[in-house]
Formats: sequence, structure tokens, C-alpha cells
Amino acid sequence: MTDAILQEVKVIVFQLKDEEYGVEVEQVKSIERVQHITRVPSTPDFVEGVINLRGVVTPIVDLRKRFGIDGIDHSETTRVIIVTVKDMDVGLVVDAANDVIDISRDAVEPTPEVVGGVEADYIRGVAKLEKRLLILLNLDKVLNSKELEEMKDIEK
Amino acid sequence: MDRSQYLDMFIDESTEHLQAVNDNLLKLENNPNDLSIVNEVFRSAHTLKGMAATMGYDDLASLTHHMENVLDAIRNNKLAPESGILDVVFESVDDLEAMVNDIASGGEGKRDVTEAVRKLEAAESGEKAIEEVSEQSMPAFEASPGSSMAFDNFEETVLRQSYEQGYKAYHLTITLSKDVILKAARVFMVFEILEQIGEVIKTVPSVDQLEEEKFDLSFEVVVVTKDSSEEAIAKVMKVSEVHNVDAKVIDASTTEQQDHDESKTSEIEQAPVVQPTQTKEAVATSSKEEKTTQGGKTIRVNIDRLDSLMNLFEELVIDRGRLEQISKDLDSQELTETVEHMSRISGDLQTIILNMRMVPVEQVFNRFPRMVRGLAKDLSKKVSLEIIGAETELDRTVIDEIGDPLVHLLRNSIDHGVETPEKRRASGKGEEGSITLRAYHSGNHVFIEVSDDGAGINRDKVLQKAITSGVVTEEAGQTLSDRQVYELLFSSGLSTADEISDISGRGVGLDVVKSKIESLGGNVTVDSKPGNGTTFLIQLPLTLSIISVMLVEVQKEIYAVPLSSIIETAIIKKEDIMAAHNQKVIDFRGSVVPLLDLTDFFDVPRTEEDNDYVSIVIVRKGDKMAALVVNSFIGQQEIVLKSLGNYLQSVVAISGATILGNGQVALIVDCNALIK
Repeated sequence: MTDAILQEVKVIVFQLKDEEYGVEVEQVKSIERVQHITRVPSTPDFVEGVINLRGVVTPIVDLRKRFGIDGIDHSETTRVIIVTVKDMDVGLVVDAANDVIDISRDAVEPTPEVVGGVEADYIRGVAKLEKRLLILLNLDKVLNSKELEEMKDIEK
Repeated sequence: MDRSQYLDMFIDESTEHLQAVNDNLLKLENNPNDLSIVNEVFRSAHTLKGMAATMGYDDLASLTHHMENVLDAIRNNKLAPESGILDVVFESVDDLEAMVNDIASGGEGKRDVTEAVRKLEAAESGEKAIEEVSEQSMPAFEASPGSSMAFDNFEETVLRQSYEQGYKAYHLTITLSKDVILKAARVFMVFEILEQIGEVIKTVPSVDQLEEEKFDLSFEVVVVTKDSSEEAIAKVMKVSEVHNVDAKVIDASTTEQQDHDESKTSEIEQAPVVQPTQTKEAVATSSKEEKTTQGGKTIRVNIDRLDSLMNLFEELVIDRGRLEQISKDLDSQELTETVEHMSRISGDLQTIILNMRMVPVEQVFNRFPRMVRGLAKDLSKKVSLEIIGAETELDRTVIDEIGDPLVHLLRNSIDHGVETPEKRRASGKGEEGSITLRAYHSGNHVFIEVSDDGAGINRDKVLQKAITSGVVTEEAGQTLSDRQVYELLFSSGLSTADEISDISGRGVGLDVVKSKIESLGGNVTVDSKPGNGTTFLIQLPLTLSIISVMLVEVQKEIYAVPLSSIIETAIIKKEDIMAAHNQKVIDFRGSVVPLLDLTDFFDVPRTEEDNDYVSIVIVRKGDKMAALVVNSFIGQQEIVLKSLGNYLQSVVAISGATILGNGQVALIVDCNALIK
């Protein structure tokens, strides 16, 4: 890999409430329309359930709930982004997914640390694109199963 | 060379070859005169050696090489395949297996084989000495003065017989041109021609070495033919790049002379030697036939690929369902016919895909004859193993799991079941005990039976043991039926061996077998007739990937309850529900069964109105029961089991998921987790 390639990352841009987020295109397997989701009992709130993704039972995480943004009902634009993290396929429910863009690594800045600001460790950085701000996610952390484990302990 | 890409193939194939070696050695033990079996073993060993050498597993290759030498001696009648010698070969096969296993688990296949090699060499040289003596006594068998060629007994006999039938033997020295490019190919062509005019009895160097081009420019061949030496030379010279052919007649008179000199020994020797040559050919042809009938064309497929094929196929089935619905709505005859046709085809396809995952139990059974032989030897018992129904097919996933429980049951039969030869004689039975391993299909299940004709289970002993180890109380023990007592064998911490032997004293009892088989969705029972033997019967589902379930509705959600856990379903009146210490219970056929409302347990949003009747599913775990409250029963169905994936591991009381006909996911209730 040359530096030139490393300079740019291709990200899929999606919408949550009124903010734009990005995940690297390599981690995205497909983008699906919402279909019937089967609820799975005794899982954390943000685990919406499981869907049948071409014969494979795939868990679905509601990103709004995961990030503590108040949830809304699914609409026409709601999409499920299927991502692969550590050999697991997980679907992320987002309000809309509409763009694939190249951003240069220079444009990515660490999240500014201010009191009461975003402390979430699942944010890798913020990319400035002219007038848009793109929040780049660290999917490993987003899907950290620590919280799943904690939920389990409560059950017991 | 990048070995990794061939590694799987290597492991698979070496395991197969080792299995073949094992099987054939066992056969050889029973028919020591059948040289074709030795040839089979030799072939497998030879291929294994080649593969190991190519892959760079030197220890493996060198041990196989030594084993090959012994086998070679056997097939050349220099060595009798006696039990002692076969033991040594078996031991080295054990070593080879250990090395292959090591490679399979990521190791380098290294192992100290000096002991095995020493034994093999001893076995081989033990007879070499005799061979040397016999050579000294017949010096005239050297084909021509100054040549390195000497004949062994077998070759002599062939020569002698050829003379009797009017053949002549020539010793050809074939020299290739200096600029020969494909030496091995030329050798091959020369052999082709020689085989047309007669038979090649011996070559120097050996055929293997010739094939590997391990010779300079010339090689020697002894051929028997009816052609004259000139004709033979002319024919061989036709092969391009053959520079020169020199023929010497192997003198008939010398051999005849030899006959006289040898009259004492050769007469004795001839008898056993001639016979094998005849049988050898007869059997060789029969084994060839066997090969062709067996030799169906197969291809190895990774089971993951079959899984994804199955996944895709299910999608197709779901679409088929939709199409059927659409065609019903549209009511177009052409469409309906097409969809019906499609349904039939996809039905057949489904059967084929499921069948692809089925493998004959033979794969597991194969390793048992060897194991039984070894165990019987260790315990100085005489045991014969009969295998019936090895072609019975089971899903691959079950096959992988069933081996260990079966090993355990077989061990149990040999150790506890079959008596010592003395005891058997005393009780009027034949010295040799027999164990039968039988597999057969019945309905949606496969049964595997392990039965022996041994002493049977001693009821009192089992009961005594169960009472001392606290499994049952003395009073309860008195009332148990024979069968119930036998079942006690499966409870944990019970071993009926008087002394802990190497075979069964490993701290694992039949309870492990039972739990393993139950985890596969099967069960195991035991029956015994004192003095006449014991039978263990294992019942297994055909496949682990498809199970029968009862689909139930809990509010608006659909759940699947495995039929194997269900005792029955019922609809009861609300007023029949009782309360006992804050726990709702019902009276089910005289026993108090706790009631568990799935709506509450799974936190399902309530949508249905309560009514006066409650639908319940009575499920069991062992002998404990529970009644699950659901809203309605949908019906019984065969479903394909899916895992919930890595992200959602161990969800409480959910054992997996499945995809319904409408494409939605339904969760499978884990009844074992519901009942504490």
C-alpha cells in the first residue's frame, strides 16, 4: 500500500437524527431495507433483534438507542447497514444512508475534549468537509459486547 | 513450496491411507496367505510415504519407509505375516497416526521413531539372515557372472515354472543414449514392450528407483518370453533413445541343475511358494473388480460451503412460497403450473442438498476393529467384532460427535462384558467373545447398537454400588425393576469394574456417554440378559441441523419448542390454575407442575386479551416438568437450526433460531434452561 492510498479513506455516510456519521467502506457488507425484525428477549435495549439476512440470522443494533439518541419509528428512509466486525455480522439501524465519499486523512481530527462534550470512545474522530461535519465511528467499540455481558449479569 | 494450501488434503488423504493400512492389516492377520492384501497395504504405505516426503515431514516418511521394507519382505515371501511381526507394524501405524494427528493440530509431525524403526529393522533382518543362508546354498542362481542380479525364492520358482512351460528367460542390459531426456519415460516404454512379449520378473535397480530415474544410463531386466533373444532385442531397440540392448540367456540347465542340487529344500519350499503365486493372481483380479465397483467419483467439499448453499436455498424456498401465494391470487393457469413445477424441482433439490451432508457411519466404525484388537490383546481376551450396517448414513455434524461415546461403549463391552477365555469355557461358551456393532435407520432416527455375548450386567452388584455411592436408597433399590437397575449405570460416579483398569478407569463413566448423546438430541438405553450379554442402544436424530418443533404463538411473536422436550399440549381452564408459595402450578395427571407464562418470561408486549382458557405446553427436562403458557399452537414443523451468531451469545432460555416460511426469524425455546 502506498501513502497515496492511505491518505484517503472511503466512507459510507449515514444519518442519525440531524447528524452525519461515517463508517469505512471495507467494514460494510451491504445496506438493506428494514424487514421484519424478531425481538430477542433479555438483551440490551439497543439490540433490536434478529433478521433473516439471506438465510443467516443476523443481529440488529439500533444506533440511535446505542448512542442514547431518542428513538423514532422506522420510516421510508430507514436502512440497515450490515457491518462485519471481528468476524461477526451485525446490522446497524440508521435513519438514512445515502452517500459514499472519499475523505482525506488530514481532514480527520480527534474529538475535541470539552466539559460535557462527547466522551464516547466509540468515536474515532471528526472529519471536516467544507460545511459538513462527519463523525467517524470505531465499530469495534460501538459493538463492544461489554454492555451485552453486563445485561446478562443483571438477568442472573 | 507453500505447504499450507495442500495441508488439508494431505491430512485427509493420509488419514484415509492409514485407515486402509489398518483395515488391510487386520484382514491380513486373518488371511496370512493372501498376498494381494499385503500389496494393498504396501500401496497405501507407499503413497503415504510419497506424500509425507513431498510435504517435508521427514520423520513420517522415514518411518513409513521402514514399514514398507517389512511389508516388502512379507510380499516377497521372505517374512511370514505372523502376529508378532504385525504387532510391530501396527505399532508403527500408531506412531504414524500420532504424527498425522500432530500435523492436523498444527504441529510439525515430529516424533521419536527410533524405537519403532529399531523394531521394524529387527523384524526385517530377523528373516534376512535366513535369506542370506538360502542364497549361499544356491549360488548358481546368479543370472550371469559378474552381474549384481540374484534371485529370491519367489523369482526362482517363476523362472523354473517358465522353463517348464517352454518360456525362455533373458537377462537384458539396456543402455540408453547419452543425451536421453526423459529417462523414466523411456524405461516405461521399454517395459511396455517387454510386457507385450512376456513378463518382467526382476529389474536392477528396482522399478521404483527406475521410475525416479535413480540410475545412470543402463539398467538390467530379467524377462521371460517365448520370443528369441534377437526378437526381444529388436523390439526393445525400437524405443527411441535406446542405445544398446545386450541379452544373455539365463541358462535353463543351471536352473535344472539347481533343481537337482536343491531337490531336498526346493521341494519343501516349492509347495508353499507356488500356491501364493496362484492365489495372488486370482485375488488380484478380484480386488480389481472391487475397486471399480467402489470407485464412485467423489469430490471433497467444505461443510461451510454446503451450509451457505443451504442458506441460499432456503431463500429460494421462501421466494417459492411467495410465488405460490401470488399465483393463487392471480389465478393464471400457466403461472400456477410453472410455480408447481418449480416447487417440485426445489423439493428434489432440497433433498439432494440435505443428502450431501450425509456420510456413512463407516467413517467412524472404521477405526473400531483396530481398537478392539488392541484392547482384547491388552486384556488377554479373545474378541471378534462384527460390524453391520456401516453404510447407514448420518449427518456430518452427528458423525463427528458420535465417535467418543461409541469408543466408550465398546471399551465397556470388552472390559466388563466379554469374559476371559477361561471363564467363557467354564460357562460353556466359545473362547472367543463377540461384539456386534450395528447401525440402522428407523423413521427419522438412526439407531446404533453395541451388543456383546458376555456375562451380562450383574444386577446385585450394580445396585450395591449405587447404594454405597448414594445414587439410590436401599429401600428404593428393592423396588426397582431390572431395567431400572441397569439404567443406574448411566448415573454419575458409578463404575462396575472391580479394579480400576487402564481401559475404563479413566474417571469417565457411562454418564458422560449419556449426556453426550442427549446433547445430540438422542438417547441411550441398556438391556442385559445375565449370562447372555448386554446391549446398548443409541437413538440419534438423522441430522442436527433439522429438528422437529412445535411452533407456538406468544402474543404476536412466534417461538419454536423442540418436540423432543414436549410431553404434550393441553388447554386448561383458568380456574384450574393453583398457587403454591407464590408460584402458579397446575395438576397434570396427578403431579403438580409449575406454570411458566412465556409472555412474562420473554417480556413479550401484551396484545392479546385474556380469556378463560389457557394453552399450555408441558415440557420436560429429565424427569422434571414444567407447563409453558402460550397463546396458541400453530403446529408441528421441521425447521432448520441456525445459531444466533457470535454477537448474541447465550441468550437466556433461547437455544437458537430458525427461519420460517415467510422469511421471518423465530426463536427456539431452550426448555432445559427453563427448568432448574
